[in-house]
Amino acid sequence: MSVFWLCMIVLAICVVGFLFGRTRALSSAAGEARQLHSLPNYYGWNVAMKVVVPAFGLMAVWLIAQPIVLESRVAGMIPQSEIKEGSSVGLVMAEVRRAASGLENAVASGALEAGLARDPEADPAMISERLKEAGQVVTAEITQTILQAAQAFSAMSATANWVMTVLVIAIALGAAAMAVRQSDKEYKARNAVEQGILALLIAAASVAILTTIGIVLSLIFNTAEFFRLYPALDFFTLLEWAPSFSGRGGTSQLGILPLLWGTLYISFIALLVAVPLGLFAAIYLSEYATPRVRGIAKPLLEILAGIPTIVYGLFALLTIGPMLVSVFGQDGLGWMSGGRAVMTAGIAMGIMLIPFVSSLSDDIINAVPQAMRDGSYGLGATQSETIKQVILPAALPGIVGAILLAASRAIGETMIVVMGAGAAARLSLNPFEAMTTVTAKIVSQLTGDSDFASPEALVAFALGISLFVITLGLNVFALYIVRKYREQYE
Amino acid sequence: MTDASLPNGGAKSRHGSLTSVDARTKKRNTAEKRFRAYGVVAIATGILFLMVLLYAIITSGAGAFQQTFIKVPVYLDPAKLDKKGERNIDDIKKVSTFGYNPLIQNAVLKAVEDAGIETPLKKSKDMKALISASAAAQVRSSVIENPALIGQTVDFKFLASSRVDGYLKDRVKREDLARDKNIDAEHLDIVDGLMEAGVLKKTFNPAFIFGADASESRAEQAGIGVSMIGSFFMMLVVLFLALPIGVAASIYLEEFAPKNRWTDLIEVNISNLAAVPSIVFGILGLAVFIQFIHLPQSAPLVGGLVLTLMTLPTIIISTRASLKSVPPSIRDAALGVGASKMQSVFHHVLPLAAPGILTGTIIGLAQALGETAPLLLIGMVGYIASNAPDGIASGLLDPNSAMPAQIYEWAKRADPAYYERAWGGIIILLIFLVTMNTLAVFLRRRFERRW
Repeated sequence: MSVFWLCMIVLAICVVGFLFGRTRALSSAAGEARQLHSLPNYYGWNVAMKVVVPAFGLMAVWLIAQPIVLESRVAGMIPQSEIKEGSSVGLVMAEVRRAASGLENAVASGALEAGLARDPEADPAMISERLKEAGQVVTAEITQTILQAAQAFSAMSATANWVMTVLVIAIALGAAAMAVRQSDKEYKARNAVEQGILALLIAAASVAILTTIGIVLSLIFNTAEFFRLYPALDFFTLLEWAPSFSGRGGTSQLGILPLLWGTLYISFIALLVAVPLGLFAAIYLSEYATPRVRGIAKPLLEILAGIPTIVYGLFALLTIGPMLVSVFGQDGLGWMSGGRAVMTAGIAMGIMLIPFVSSLSDDIINAVPQAMRDGSYGLGATQSETIKQVILPAALPGIVGAILLAASRAIGETMIVVMGAGAAARLSLNPFEAMTTVTAKIVSQLTGDSDFASPEALVAFALGISLFVITLGLNVFALYIVRKYREQYE
Repeated sequence: MTDASLPNGGAKSRHGSLTSVDARTKKRNTAEKRFRAYGVVAIATGILFLMVLLYAIITSGAGAFQQTFIKVPVYLDPAKLDKKGERNIDDIKKVSTFGYNPLIQNAVLKAVEDAGIETPLKKSKDMKALISASAAAQVRSSVIENPALIGQTVDFKFLASSRVDGYLKDRVKREDLARDKNIDAEHLDIVDGLMEAGVLKKTFNPAFIFGADASESRAEQAGIGVSMIGSFFMMLVVLFLALPIGVAASIYLEEFAPKNRWTDLIEVNISNLAAVPSIVFGILGLAVFIQFIHLPQSAPLVGGLVLTLMTLPTIIISTRASLKSVPPSIRDAALGVGASKMQSVFHHVLPLAAPGILTGTIIGLAQALGETAPLLLIGMVGYIASNAPDGIASGLLDPNSAMPAQIYEWAKRADPAYYERAWGGIIILLIFLVTMNTLAVFLRRRFERRW
């Protein structure tokens, strides 16, 4: 029976249980809803909840565990001699799974008799011929062992499916019966239901933690795998990035330093654009601008923050790059050979970060108490002197925090550098040369054709964990600074 | 010690009078003006960047919505298309697109002759460079749909090849032709003649908005429609997962959570997740959803799940803000008439916070719609989104692209004709984003209550 119909049956039990629970509670109070502890519907929900949770819980656990248990049992059936040179148990098991699903589909479509599909003595060559005719994907020739393993696999999973179906329905019915018996006018149904809802809310709130755990685990496991294939010391100290395209390791030079250099250089240029513009814009908007100007200029600047990064990437590639080449390229100063360069990506990223710096600094400048301004004016300072000598020093920790947050944004930015910065890793000081970054290499190493288990692909996870640690560190540091500053005026 | 108590204190006064401005005051005043000018310049530069960006998008992208078409009558020769003459649909299907090409080229040649254009290109083969490679498939499918057309002369509107289209849009210039092996100056003379004769026209091209992506050599045929459907399904997943989970999490944190280690941990996690680079979410999606759970690559479902995790912090933060803005008197009143804490939240606080939650959700969705980096890692690029899904399951699980991923894909392709399409795609993407943000602003203005 398919999982879908099993779900439907459980839900049907749930609906019937709801009605029974509600009626039973009402009849225990002789039809007087006012005699009940909770509103009648709560008794229904109580039953429904107690049916759904154990039934679906069991089903979920079973569906996750079943393939794992079955595979380990079937894998035990395959003798070591069957595993060819260069192959592994995993590959043979994939073959078995494919054969098993091929057999099932062929039987379902009527291309193969059910008896023949289950016959362990059947001729493997004939079966594989029939499967191919039925349009099932069978890659290699099916051997006798694989055929028998596949048959055992499908037989066991059929049995396991039936056991699961029976168990799930039994538990649903049992839970329904128990919950309906509970439904009495004295029973505190509302409290039970609300406990359930609260558990649901806590589960939802824990998704954030699960996500973090998922990120950390997926990064750590794959990075550990990478460091088994490639020395960690080389990764952190080599000054060269030259992955080989074909081989499995060996000739690849995978040093993070050139990528880190490119990342930091591009981020530095971006901050060089964004910080002065953003900071002066924030100062003007918060200290000088009339409400009308502020009402127009602030949203206009913030549009820049709402534009997706792919747009900036395309802007860098097709507008900024050619523009820079026309000035600094072969026809102009001759410093630049192609449109993709540190400058190209840096300027586009800087434009993107302007509103980020300006709105964060704006908030921080506005948080400086008016009394400090008034005091400064009272001593005869001009407005700009007040800003330079009173407001900015007071807001400095916050502004530094904002700049750090912007830097972490710039380091983690992907699309602009993928499209605007180029692909060659270089350790150079010339900002008109193409360089590449950590994020751009994560993309290129994981979207290529390289084998997933090769160090060339796995290095992306090591790059990812470095990126994660750097940006997280910057964020924590920035928030620490901002928070520390905020407390001064409270 | 003050100046006044010095023996010659009064005599060496620095300031002459209040009405005349001395040098030092002048200097301070100029400094003031200069400082103010820096601010104006900074804001003006920011707005200038915005204008340049919008200008670049509109001027480079508007062309994608127009396409050059050639309208010619094609004689569907029975001797070529149905040799047996039985009008048997299986026989007709056996004729591949190669069988249709000569008919179309003949038709174009005839149109050239009818227009009275002087040209050294006299052979029908020479017309191949003018029309899109999609023309043959277009004729073939309409013949298979209606075999009765065979033997008649039918008017067809074909896409012109991307070079011809580029010539009309000033992308292909006559002086660059020497390096171009796809088209010659003589072809462009024909194009000019056909323009005058009204056979060749540049008109609005709905296929760009609603159509499917095409292979690398057929830029004129590519459209963003299918990847738009991919984006739609991803947004559906995000909406149905991120909204309930986000609202439930915010309700717990804002209304029920006791102050303890666990809730502190959750709060720190949420604020950190909001700052994690989006590419890291892509790595998570690749490792967990594809490698570990074995969900299909390139499926909008996986894209939606990754974007859900990415937008969750945004939605939680805005939902908590709007829950916080509901005054405690509402909760107290509900509790006072005997409601439980849970009832007061779900019956009173949540409905009052709904407009704020909705606004935050729409902004989160808009952010997710434009996100590209994580999609690259789960395989939504490098794939030609040519088939529209038929149904919800296929829409969620079959490989597809998404709008920003499609734009990236186009920007990577070698043919410059695709750059125009990438800009055009951006216009469509921005139209969606502007609409969503306007809706969010409208909802906020219309329904937000000030207490």
